[in-house]
Amino acid sequence: MTGQFVRLAERTSAEIRFTIDGTPATARAGDTVLTAILLNRPSLGATEFTPHDRAGFCLMGACQACWVYDADGARRRGCSTLVEPGMALFTKWVPSHG
Amino acid sequence: MAEAIVIIGAGPAGVRAARTLAKAGHRPVLIDENMRVGGQIYRQPPPGAERAPDALYGFEAAKAVAIHRALDGLDIDYRPETLVWNAREKVLDLTGPRGSERLAFDRLIQATGATDRSIPFPGWTLPGVFSLGGSQIALKAQGCAIGRRVVFAGTGPLLPLVAYQYAKAGAQVAAVLDTSSFATKLKAAPGLLVLPKLFAKGLYYLAQLKRRGIPVIEGVDGFALEGAAKPEAITWRRGTETGRIECDAVGAGFGLRSETQLADLLGCAFAFDDLTRQWLPTKDAEGRASEQHLYLAGDGSGIAGADAAELAGERVAWTLLGDIGQAVDGTRIAILDRGLARIARFRRAIEAAYPFPHRLHAAIPDTQIVCRCEGVTAGHLKFQVEQREASEMNRLKAYSRLGMGRCQGRMCASAGAELLSHWRDVEVGTVGRLRGQAPVKPVPVA
Repeated sequence: MTGQFVRLAERTSAEIRFTIDGTPATARAGDTVLTAILLNRPSLGATEFTPHDRAGFCLMGACQACWVYDADGARRRGCSTLVEPGMALFTKWVPSHG
Repeated sequence: MAEAIVIIGAGPAGVRAARTLAKAGHRPVLIDENMRVGGQIYRQPPPGAERAPDALYGFEAAKAVAIHRALDGLDIDYRPETLVWNAREKVLDLTGPRGSERLAFDRLIQATGATDRSIPFPGWTLPGVFSLGGSQIALKAQGCAIGRRVVFAGTGPLLPLVAYQYAKAGAQVAAVLDTSSFATKLKAAPGLLVLPKLFAKGLYYLAQLKRRGIPVIEGVDGFALEGAAKPEAITWRRGTETGRIECDAVGAGFGLRSETQLADLLGCAFAFDDLTRQWLPTKDAEGRASEQHLYLAGDGSGIAGADAAELAGERVAWTLLGDIGQAVDGTRIAILDRGLARIARFRRAIEAAYPFPHRLHAAIPDTQIVCRCEGVTAGHLKFQVEQREASEMNRLKAYSRLGMGRCQGRMCASAGAELLSHWRDVEVGTVGRLRGQAPVKPVPVA
């Protein structure tokens, strides 16, 4: 799957392995959760009220369109959360979480 | 007993205020949502994503670094990644790495900053469409482009700047679509010469775009995206002229809007600003809000830009010091006031050069989603106005849920008010403004 984001500035920080909806993916230290997902995927998953997917919008914590969920089912705002090694991120909330 | 002073926001205004107060012997609490000081314009990348200041901030590198270092060695109770989600009288409710707490204060400086102002257009909810400021953050703080072939659309001084920054960083910029015409900008040029260096920088960005062969189309009357699942092309029109440009991402913005929710919860008086078509908390010439223990500085109480925010942040700190009976530096205050007056004249010219294109709202189709959070369409809003006689923003909100979603109206309230005034054929200043509600942003309840 092609990502929406394109990395322009070369990053030499540590590679970070994480998963998106169970699928392994990689990012770099210093990437936000939003960046980490959008470098690997075209979107952050479905929206509740529109027919197409969402990918965040403001990137500064105002629009709340970049929420994803961690392994405990806790909500994470993608633009203001840094990706961490081993993170299991989910683009939709699954009842079995938590 | 020492005054308990709190500053909300660690952008250029909040940082300058904190520095001035700390040097005068106070230990202010400085609360900020970001991980590091700098605000949006001088945003610092997170640990691991750092780059050289020149690459991040261009001409503004020295100013950015000065803000980042302005608090070094000073005793300040700095609380990053902390949200003020409620405020009343002399108490704030916070949530952050230390958990939730209630913080009492004697005096408060609000330096809450701004976010992009949006106008809905067909396709603006597709993944791959970002705000202009968001597009800049992707590049500055993450070293990423929002797509492989990017169009920047809207208006304002940020538009040519972000396009230039993308091109310089190696991104493919397919076009810049500006709703302000060349003639409009030319008319504003004499006023822009109040600050010749800033004017020259604006011309430089445009020249660099042209040198790279990037089409800059001015005076655009509207645009729409093609693509069912993602952006495939943007179509634009200017009078009878139309065009189509293939792209997979769009950065769109129409100037900035002040973050005023906390001022509202604190009971500050507001006034409608005809020039920018926004409601703003009122302040006196020295930065005091209507409530005498509250102060306002920076873009959160009227858009004036980063240079003005620095001056205003220091200015209100001096005002506060004077109000509690401390000695103030009259010579320094006079310098700050002169600088602020000069920028105010320049800002009026900027607003004239890049007027908020409210005319675009008249062309919004009924099927257009206005509220991104809950998918509320223009047609649904129009029904509330025409059939249920919603004549005021809070009534429209109650009927339609516009502004009731997660963003609390940050992305849609401006368009909602413009549409309401257009349908009722009244001035936008007469349709009211959404009341602030706590929590001003979603907070964890666990």
